[in-house]
Amino acid sequence: MPKDPSIRKVMVIGSGPIVIGQAAEFDYSGTQACRALKEEGVQVVLINSNPATIMTDTEVADRVYIEPLTVEFAERVIARERPDGLLPTLGGQTGLNLAAQLAEAGVLDRYNVRLLGTPLSAIQKAEDRELFRETMRAIGEPVPESWIVESEEQLQEVAQICPYPAIVRPAYTLGGTGGGIAYSPDELMQIGRLGLNLSMRHQVLVERCLLGWKEIEYEVMRDSANTCITVCNMENLDPMGVHTGDSIVVAPSQTLTDKEYHMLRTASLNIIRALGIEGGCNVQLALDPNSFQYYVIEVNPRVSRSSALASKATGYPIARVAAKIAIGLHLDEIENAVTKKTKACFEPALDYVVVKFPRWPFDKFVTADRRIGTQMKATGEVMAIDRTFEGALMKALRSLEIGVMGLTRRGTAALSDMQIEEGLATATDERIFIVAEAFRRGMMVEEVAQLSNIDPWFLEKIRQLVEMETRLRLHARELRDFAHNPSDEHPAASLVRTAKSKGFPDAILADIAGVDELVMRRARKAIGIEPVYKMVDTCAAEFEAETPYYYSSYERGESG
Amino acid sequence: MKALLALEDGVTFEGEAIGAPGTVVGEVVFNTGMTGYQEILTDPSYAGQIVTLTYPLIGNYGINDDDDESRQVQVSALVVREACEHPSNWRASRTLREHLQANRIPGIHQIDTRALTRRLRAAGVMMGILTTELTREEALRHLRASPRYDEFNYVRMVTTPEPYAWDAEGMKPVDAPILPGTRYRITMIDCGLKYNILRRFAALGSRVTVLPCTATAEDILATKPDGVALSPGPGDPALLGDIVAQVRRLVGQVPIFGICLGNQLVAAAFGAKTFKLKFGHRGCNHPVKDLVSGQVTITSQNHGYAVDPSGLDPNVEVWQINLNDGTVEGIRHRSLPIFTLQYHPEASPGPRDSDPYFAEFLRLIDRSK
Repeated sequence: MPKDPSIRKVMVIGSGPIVIGQAAEFDYSGTQACRALKEEGVQVVLINSNPATIMTDTEVADRVYIEPLTVEFAERVIARERPDGLLPTLGGQTGLNLAAQLAEAGVLDRYNVRLLGTPLSAIQKAEDRELFRETMRAIGEPVPESWIVESEEQLQEVAQICPYPAIVRPAYTLGGTGGGIAYSPDELMQIGRLGLNLSMRHQVLVERCLLGWKEIEYEVMRDSANTCITVCNMENLDPMGVHTGDSIVVAPSQTLTDKEYHMLRTASLNIIRALGIEGGCNVQLALDPNSFQYYVIEVNPRVSRSSALASKATGYPIARVAAKIAIGLHLDEIENAVTKKTKACFEPALDYVVVKFPRWPFDKFVTADRRIGTQMKATGEVMAIDRTFEGALMKALRSLEIGVMGLTRRGTAALSDMQIEEGLATATDERIFIVAEAFRRGMMVEEVAQLSNIDPWFLEKIRQLVEMETRLRLHARELRDFAHNPSDEHPAASLVRTAKSKGFPDAILADIAGVDELVMRRARKAIGIEPVYKMVDTCAAEFEAETPYYYSSYERGESG
Repeated sequence: MKALLALEDGVTFEGEAIGAPGTVVGEVVFNTGMTGYQEILTDPSYAGQIVTLTYPLIGNYGINDDDDESRQVQVSALVVREACEHPSNWRASRTLREHLQANRIPGIHQIDTRALTRRLRAAGVMMGILTTELTREEALRHLRASPRYDEFNYVRMVTTPEPYAWDAEGMKPVDAPILPGTRYRITMIDCGLKYNILRRFAALGSRVTVLPCTATAEDILATKPDGVALSPGPGDPALLGDIVAQVRRLVGQVPIFGICLGNQLVAAAFGAKTFKLKFGHRGCNHPVKDLVSGQVTITSQNHGYAVDPSGLDPNVEVWQINLNDGTVEGIRHRSLPIFTLQYHPEASPGPRDSDPYFAEFLRLIDRSK
């Protein structure tokens, strides 16, 4: 179906202020959506309370209102602009909440404004815990046992019967604010009370804890013809128990067989269909590491932090496509913006690995509790791409701007063995460095896996990076000699080549060799160790790309 | 151990061996799926081919005892960027390297598989040689003296030597008693089938009798089938005139369901010709449009040839096409209970979105009874 001709002017709700749990990703998606709508000849009216965004630049939307994101102000803008439609699913939870309030207050009916994209009923089905569980039960998708709590008395009852540890999640909050894991009835009461106060609906959920299960996400799209695709899946390196915003996330999943991958993909498609979402949505699932058992954890019926990541990770512009679906286009009518030859109706094939690493503000909040859990603490994130997991991880670590060049962080070496074990068992911003330190001290992958619940596949990769570092240290003298007398035949040449392919920066090599970083760089360049630049093209080179972007990789091969 | 992959245009890639030592010649193709290497390795449609996987990390979840799609590894050789030596998955029983060695299949890793894929995309699939023992010049000489992929009737090599049956309990002799509750009897012509086709039929209450590709229409009808299914399989369908002739004799006698090569055989029985695609469709992300409903489905694909619909009998219509290149993805008869798919409804590997076609075929049988 082509674009709905009755939609000439659309109001887009922006993401509002940047807060912990909701950052610039919604500026990215909102901007993409505004441009996509203008491309289709639709006039765009934007309301956003945050002027420090790209989307409020005058050329992104036709009209920009910098006003508080409240019913009162939004109504005034609607009264003045009289848009045909309202697109609320691209401004994060803020936009979605405001749209729900506008509908409830009767503003949309009063001014005859259509809610575009995902219908309000679908949003409620995804966000209201009880409705969501009913919907999942109706289509046979498993959800963990849980209890909805709306009062202190109910909280007391549940505290007596629920299994421990139990997870507490407040409804309708950003980034899981006010949630936590309770190990005893006392803790449940404490966390539950806080959650009740913070929830917009005075509602919290107490749930069976799936601590240690694999956390897998799917980014799914659906159009009004009921065609569904998945844009990509992602595997959290940190297992269940850590908020996905605070997890190291890898795309695509690394440890799932085809059966597991497609079992969860099929579940995600069943869910988006059952909810009736038109646009993008994010499905979070927990998978038992030792069986095919899984649970549906949560669905975000909108463009989310994960979809911003999935977009950049795959080259598939989720917000752009979601905006076009909202005004009536079908997936097979929307062009693939990277290849320009194929359509948006396909599933990206990656031929690289993506690592997302959270950036926590503990350098600014030095006294804050560094433990991470169900309440998001990160204020930003970095994404790195490479042909190897090692390369992507090392790039991500360097990009954090926390003064690390790799898997070594100041202070970690001074920890006692007992502190290391504690550090493995407790998720904190420093855990990955502690994992590396554990391997430096000779711990086995199995031991680290047992303490941390991190999948052995990831741990083995980190162990190999530590092993590489050890080899470099063993050959420090040859490295130093290589830096001054580089040649292909030099005994350290192949070592340098391997280290570069595993993502080691010149700074680490130089530090081990005891030479200046520039000397090391010149030396390896002298024997032709240089990165190639590969494309993110959505299709693993199957089709030619018109507007790709590139990442570097120290691979022996060619650019392109 | 070093390994070398040489293409017929002279382009060579040097890497490390990951499988058995030796030399093998085959058609070099690429698959863009990100999971499913075990299923791909054992898919008979890859017979005679050197398969490149574009996803760079292969072997991460190891090899398990359940996910084989046929009785052995079928690819001629495997090409990957990085083979994982330390797999992690609860079902993994061995590494990719161990699996290749045990099956005496050569492989190469640590090469730029994206460069190779781009070469194949630009020039089309071509013959190649993978060797752990020959020099570049020797390899190219050997390659040029070798017969081409299109000259072989691979179906004859991969088909089952003897008939067998399959039901909810798995593989069994043809004369084994019929399970109580069996609702349909399907006879499948094995041109290189994948077990998951049998598993899907069995899950829906069918007993499948599998016959070798040399079965005649009389052999097939003698099994008293409610419906006949034509399996996927390797190679050039133009070499399979004998099977096409049998299919033609089945038309009108029994409901027919063609999958992949089966689609091409049915199309040929209705007068169509096939042609070779430049680099084929191999992956888990191919969009297929149903021309009747307008809906698009993401499908699992593995084929190097496609149907040219121009010669099709007017009683047969193209009902599904590939959204990327418009090629035929399925045909159906306007009045008889016959339909086909060019892609893989059995998935494994790949999306399960077209699984309902198995039930659809059984409903078609019900309606035509």
